[in-house]
Amino acid sequence: MILASFVDLSRLQFALTAMFHWIFVPLTIGLGVIIAIMETYYLRTGNPFWKRTTKYWMKIFAINFAIGVATGIILEFQFGTNWSNYAWFVGDIFGAPLAIEGILAFFLESTFFAIMFFGWDKVNKNMHLLSTWLVSAGTILSAFWILIANAWMQFPTGMEFNPDTARNEMVDFWAIVTSPVAINKFIHTVTNAFVLGSIVVIGISCWYLLHKREEEFSRRSIKIASVFGLVSLVVLIWTGDGSAYHAGKKQPMKLAAMEGLYKSREGTPLVAIGILNPRKDIRKIKEDSLTYKLEKPYLFNISVPEGLSLLANRKTGTFVPGIEDILKGGYTYTNRNGEEKTAPPVEERMRLGRMAAGALSDYNKARIAGDTLRMKNARAVLEENYDHFGYAYINDPVEVVPNVQLVFYAFRVMVILGGFFLLFFGLTIYLEKKGTIGRTKWYQYLGIACIPLVYICSQAGWIVAEVGRQPWTIQDLLPVSASASGVSSSAVLTTIILFFALFTALLAAETGIMIKVIRKGPEA
Amino acid sequence: MKGSVIKRIWLFYYEGFRSMTLGKTLWVIILIKLFIMFFVLKLFFFKDPLRDFKTEEEKSRHIINELTIKQK
Repeated sequence: MILASFVDLSRLQFALTAMFHWIFVPLTIGLGVIIAIMETYYLRTGNPFWKRTTKYWMKIFAINFAIGVATGIILEFQFGTNWSNYAWFVGDIFGAPLAIEGILAFFLESTFFAIMFFGWDKVNKNMHLLSTWLVSAGTILSAFWILIANAWMQFPTGMEFNPDTARNEMVDFWAIVTSPVAINKFIHTVTNAFVLGSIVVIGISCWYLLHKREEEFSRRSIKIASVFGLVSLVVLIWTGDGSAYHAGKKQPMKLAAMEGLYKSREGTPLVAIGILNPRKDIRKIKEDSLTYKLEKPYLFNISVPEGLSLLANRKTGTFVPGIEDILKGGYTYTNRNGEEKTAPPVEERMRLGRMAAGALSDYNKARIAGDTLRMKNARAVLEENYDHFGYAYINDPVEVVPNVQLVFYAFRVMVILGGFFLLFFGLTIYLEKKGTIGRTKWYQYLGIACIPLVYICSQAGWIVAEVGRQPWTIQDLLPVSASASGVSSSAVLTTIILFFALFTALLAAETGIMIKVIRKGPEA
Repeated sequence: MKGSVIKRIWLFYYEGFRSMTLGKTLWVIILIKLFIMFFVLKLFFFKDPLRDFKTEEEKSRHIINELTIKQK
């Protein structure tokens, strides 16, 4: 039996775990806020209808929370075992946010979660509502710290590399927490969860309408979810634009892959709809340059003139580099200190990276020998070239190109579904105002169909973010090949099978219990 | 007074857990899941590759070697 490489299997395992984990997380975050809004209505109106409605959605929240809780811990196991070089290299920068997240989640959830579920008639209404809002805030805060850690990998800042320990050490906590990439990523991801939660509420409510049950409950749930979802979606689209802007400045290869852009020009257009030419393979750039040059990047495309220039540079007539331009260098990018620099060719970055990695080795040899002058010189070389450190592990420039097809199509799936949800929320509000939502069957079917679609949209967004930054675990500083540690491929394969079985069982349990609860409906 | 606060908290949780209906099924799922994760996966499959190194210095040296070896 031929096994894929350890690195590929570890990536597959991580992706599988993260994608399963992300099935549960956004619904917890999104439903948390919707429940808190519903309970606020209850407190303000005193109408028991709202208590019943809140309690029902709280049950859906609890099922999802219980099944999903701790599934993220498996990702942390993987950091320690499969990615131990990476885990060591990132040091406390990754550890600190994860530790804060763990402590916050534990205290907020163990205290206020209990009040939220057990305290209905035992604490006063204000205290109960406060607990519900705090549980919701807790889930959002947990996401905040995780996304800070993720954003740092996309745009490493606020740290210094210590050659004595081979660790990046945090020197500016606020630079990490308030990094524009982190703030944008946090808002984008959390509003995505809000939209997902809203659509799940609408979808389940549509099921009741379709079966002519719980009309008032469903219509009012739909009303809250559609307004909340629409507002969240507007912010989501705005931060989506921010994500593309930051990618253009800090991860230009990701943006080029999102667009399937190989050779660019000033006034770069944006591909609205397109089909990539599968024969356009960047690896042929050297092997068979004539065939490569003859192949057009798209079989079909409709482009918005100047669109990408506006998206990435906020200015028409500007240049956004394509894949080949990035390989050749000469374009402007923002380094981790926030300075605008002209990028050298990837081959040059590979040379500089090897100088940095060689200097790390020299420094430590000199340290053992007690040669302070050699240590000083090696450290200077390392610091000067540290921005290119990860390129030391790149053997061929084309290795820095991610899977263009996957990123290109995932990006379009995300954007097209996002645009569709905008229309869907608008339609929902229109039908609700008109009072025909209860008898518009096609809309009710559409509402139910939107549940799987919103999950696909959300997962596609993560594919763009994570596959788009390949081969980097930490942008420009550490590729996946250098992050992995020596565990056997067969051991990874065994755990992939175990994870798949475990997560499928959890998902089946969640779906089964939810269907039972939905069929039963809100309790009297 | 202190004793009564602790007793009230205890009763709050105790009665809450006792009155759960669907929650009992969910707790069973949570416990089975945590058992699989911590006693099967963590114990047998996710061992720390740096566990054999006793000091932080040894761990650092190992990672520096790893990073140097992986560079071609």
